[in-house]
Amino acid sequence: MRDLPILLDVVLALLVVTGSLFALVGAYGLAKLQDFLKRLHGPTKAGSVGVGAVLLASIGYSAVAGRASLHELLIALFVFMTAPVAAHLLVKAAAHVDPRLRPPVGPPVRETAREDE
Amino acid sequence: MNLLAAVLPWAASAFMIALLLSGWRLLRGPTLADRILALDSLYVNSVALLILIGMYFDTDVHFEAALIIAMMGFVSTVALAKYLLRGDIIE
Repeated sequence: MRDLPILLDVVLALLVVTGSLFALVGAYGLAKLQDFLKRLHGPTKAGSVGVGAVLLASIGYSAVAGRASLHELLIALFVFMTAPVAAHLLVKAAAHVDPRLRPPVGPPVRETAREDE
Repeated sequence: MNLLAAVLPWAASAFMIALLLSGWRLLRGPTLADRILALDSLYVNSVALLILIGMYFDTDVHFEAALIIAMMGFVSTVALAKYLLRGDIIE
């Protein structure tokens, strides 16, 4: 590690701590929650935020270290583009295997009958 | 006092605990989709862990590995989900 300006040091440390806490909560949700559709929320949302915050911190650090590059931005863009696609495919695959996970078919049910129509 | 250097090992251990929890779901998970999801979570968390290690040791070497893991992780998740959907990967 090299010495950083004090403000940037605090900001980068906050970003790293935030990211790691988000990733930890996401993984805990993956391990703890009951069924597949609930478990999907943890790693796909909180995990993405965690990796994004860590990548932001890494961008700041490498900019100070004098080798600012687009690598981290590339990884961040890739993670944020692919995580929803992977989650969508996983839901489709799970609904294909297990019919109980499919959304209900047919016309939408009216919750209250209207008298004035 | 370098706050970032003090914080990085704790963040890395948080990511390692996240990896362990994902690995537990990978071994346990009742359905196949759970295991694929846990594998995807393992990829994403290991990318973040590699980047933390790159910051800690002040090198540029780990970014290529992180990029490769991110790309290959997405491709393998899509391939496994396709396998569940179709029973075949390349039709």
